[in-house]
Amino acid sequence: MEFEAVIGMEVHVQLNCKSKVFCGCSTNFHAPPNTNVCSVCLGMPGAMPVLNREMVTKSVAVGLALDCTISRWSKMDRKNYFYPDQSKNYQISQYDLPINHDGFLDIEVDGKSKRIGITRAHMEEDTARNTHTLGGGHSGVDFNRCGLPLLEIVTEPDIRSADEAFAFLTELKQILQYLGVSDCNMEEGALRAEANISIRPKGTEPFGTKTEVKNVASFSGTYKAIEYEIARQTQVLNEGGKVIQETRGWDDDRGVTFSQRAKESAHDYRYFPEPDLVPIVVDEAWEKSIHELQPELPAPRRARMVADYGLSVYDAGVLTQTRAMADYFEATTALAPDAKKVANWITGDLQALISNAEGDIRVIKITPTQLAAMINLIEDGTISGKIAKEVLVDMFQSGDDPKAIIEAKGLVQISDTGELEQRIAAVLATHPAQVEEFRSGKEKVIGFLVGQVMKATQGKANPKMVNEILRKQLSN
Amino acid sequence: MSDWFNKTAFEIREAVAQGDVSAREVTTSFLDRIEAVDGAVGAYTQLWNDDALAQADAVDAKVKAGEALGALAGVPISLKELICTTSGETTCSSRILNGFQSPYNATVTKKLLAADAIVLGKVNMDEFAMGSSTENSAIQKTANPWKLSCVPGGSSGGSAASVASATSALSFGSDTGGSIRQPAAFCGCVGLKPTYGRVSRYGLVAFASSLDQIGPLSKDVRDAALALNVITGKDPLDATSADLPAEDFTQALTGDVKGLKIGLPKEYFVDALSSEVRTMVEASIEVLKAQGAEFVEISLPHTDYAVAVYYIVAPAEASANLARFDGVRYGFRHPDAKNVAELYVKTKTEGYGKEVQRRIMLGTYVLSSGYYDAYYLKAQKVRTLIKQDFDEAFKQCDVILTPTAPAPAFTMGEKSSDPLEMYLNDIFTISANLAGIPGISLPCGLSESGLPVGLQLLGKAFDEATLLRTAHCYEANAGISLGTPPIA
Repeated sequence: MEFEAVIGMEVHVQLNCKSKVFCGCSTNFHAPPNTNVCSVCLGMPGAMPVLNREMVTKSVAVGLALDCTISRWSKMDRKNYFYPDQSKNYQISQYDLPINHDGFLDIEVDGKSKRIGITRAHMEEDTARNTHTLGGGHSGVDFNRCGLPLLEIVTEPDIRSADEAFAFLTELKQILQYLGVSDCNMEEGALRAEANISIRPKGTEPFGTKTEVKNVASFSGTYKAIEYEIARQTQVLNEGGKVIQETRGWDDDRGVTFSQRAKESAHDYRYFPEPDLVPIVVDEAWEKSIHELQPELPAPRRARMVADYGLSVYDAGVLTQTRAMADYFEATTALAPDAKKVANWITGDLQALISNAEGDIRVIKITPTQLAAMINLIEDGTISGKIAKEVLVDMFQSGDDPKAIIEAKGLVQISDTGELEQRIAAVLATHPAQVEEFRSGKEKVIGFLVGQVMKATQGKANPKMVNEILRKQLSN
Repeated sequence: MSDWFNKTAFEIREAVAQGDVSAREVTTSFLDRIEAVDGAVGAYTQLWNDDALAQADAVDAKVKAGEALGALAGVPISLKELICTTSGETTCSSRILNGFQSPYNATVTKKLLAADAIVLGKVNMDEFAMGSSTENSAIQKTANPWKLSCVPGGSSGGSAASVASATSALSFGSDTGGSIRQPAAFCGCVGLKPTYGRVSRYGLVAFASSLDQIGPLSKDVRDAALALNVITGKDPLDATSADLPAEDFTQALTGDVKGLKIGLPKEYFVDALSSEVRTMVEASIEVLKAQGAEFVEISLPHTDYAVAVYYIVAPAEASANLARFDGVRYGFRHPDAKNVAELYVKTKTEGYGKEVQRRIMLGTYVLSSGYYDAYYLKAQKVRTLIKQDFDEAFKQCDVILTPTAPAPAFTMGEKSSDPLEMYLNDIFTISANLAGIPGISLPCGLSESGLPVGLQLLGKAFDEATLLRTAHCYEANAGISLGTPPIA
């Protein structure tokens, strides 16, 4: 039987607020264990939460970017469960009135656009981190993470494949980074994606029994876990078995999901409104002020890059991967009008330099003005493209202006016809055999002769002119 | 002179400020008094003699240096066991917090210290404020100073017994369903529950967060006003605290109630009310009438549901509030647990008393899926109706007058086997917490058996001024001065 996958995602995003959701503690959870803690996040008797305003602002920014309806009036609730990753044995979350609801995100897979419904994006506090490596039969709890601002984004079961899930996560991550609300570092748990996966016979409506895949540390891991889970469930059903509703982990080394615990379908969190907090009112004015500060988001920016600069969809996609790179591109091409060439330099040589140095385009030494100047020096014939590659390396390391580097190193291109004619004549004189070959019809040998000229000029000869003069002299 | 313990906070503050007496002398007077009578009363669970004398010396130094004095300079006070203090322990009179030292001071504690009050120590209560007799304390029994075989009321029984036996000039308790007013009535002192949000709850170990409110117990109404001045105000650490302009409540005590409309809710003058209490409350009506107040009969039609609503809402919130006491981070930890689940179960089973366990189970039940709508949600709806009752009533009157409790203090052990009977002690006080409005209990005489009887006044939200004005006028004209009971 042919099956179709039905997938919904739950994505937990740590928002990069300065302080925790309900207290003034720093959100730096890399500090030594239990140093960024206070009476509130440790759940000391009598301590009370106060909601962080920045958390609300950033949550609404995400809601707006996902075309959600922003609740004018929402509230926090207590989610009760006993576990030592919490200080109060309840988590302050949002239950029936999330701050953002009913939005969507459009993704593109194989050139086709698809809309993924966003059920809700609600605010909650992160839990503490438990460690079981202390030995002596003891477990440790680090409360630095307890109370970090967390936004949980829940999709409708609109996703049908691992490709769509991957595209959704990639697009979502890009949006979060454009908004500047999270560093989205998956290894550090700033972004945690869980997939609810079920399958059903193609063409039927009712959902199958779902499994929930948790604790996957990368998007590619999520991709593989979904592929695996679809195959596993298909096999179970084809063999006449039943899918068990459960939480499954992902073993990246073995490339398999494994049962973690059967979902207690009766797990009762006994939600009720948090009486220590007042309702959250986001009036029109507040929403508007957040809206006005929204940056241009990746999808519209991609479209604009294609329209405004005549870039290919591919190039626009690469350049908009991060807001910083897109900004860099636009700043550069404002000064160096050949957008395609600017795009090539940024996505090619510059990106390679950054990657090799494990750098970040936001902090590199080359400014867009300098890069534009370098490209313009190629355009006006001052340097060759080949020399430019060297100049770029130098700029990357020193941060100096391209012109200064060219002058200091004597890299100015030889475009003087007289000088080039002399140099070429000398090369031809020392290679009579190749000249003969050319004249007998082996035109390919011209490449060799160009190379010899470049060698003789330490690469500074204007390659276009070399070509022209060579052909002229050879045809004489 | 060594009977400073018989003076009001206001008198002590005046005398200390004038240099008529040193704070040390006043403090010593109270410490001697504690030594003499608290063995029989059992109000104090912790005594901080040395700290108290050091604080007194600091106040005396200020007086000597001519520095500005706080509003409670030199006034010896006590704090209920659930108000967080970095001094001593904060146990909530529970085994589960035995030995617990708070890392911080409650906002109220900070305000009292900043006002130069002298903290003598902490006083007993029903465990986690759950009870009406202080018999649920895991630490000790507290007696009613008027009759040692009787309960002092609860849950702030230690506070009321302490003020009544003159072992503190002021005591600060908390009121979730009557826990300040009912013990004040039983012990013959004044007990004020401010409007919800009037006083910061930060550092008050929560029982039911939407109902809890800290308030003072005092010898008279003026002291209650003075105390409220000190503890009130918006607290950035308590999101539910109200941001209101500062008021001097002692200025409200004009003695004038002419034209004031006082409502008498017919639902409160019912069969459950003892005839003795009814007679005394009715006499108090005449006192206020004589001063020009007008009385109107009003109706609070949902009164009958108040106790039922309360025993759903309060335990529900408590079941979450008390979840944190699990032996993991602080307080009592059962030594024999083999894993986390066992740690929780054993710690809580041995750490909590019966009443606390009963309410946690009740609260857990009413929040459970499948029961939530029928209990918690329904209770919240009825709570809104109760609040609307008061909104309607206050269109017809400025203040509401009722008895505080159906009968005077009962004998120890008399009701401890029947929780329902115990719960009914709060029928007249619970509604104010559900509605969030302020209430005050003040003495209106002694019963035939020599036990104090309390009169309750309820006011509009954040209108403590009118409430205190009315109470003060009654007090000034009723000619009732219970004095300090002979403790024997």
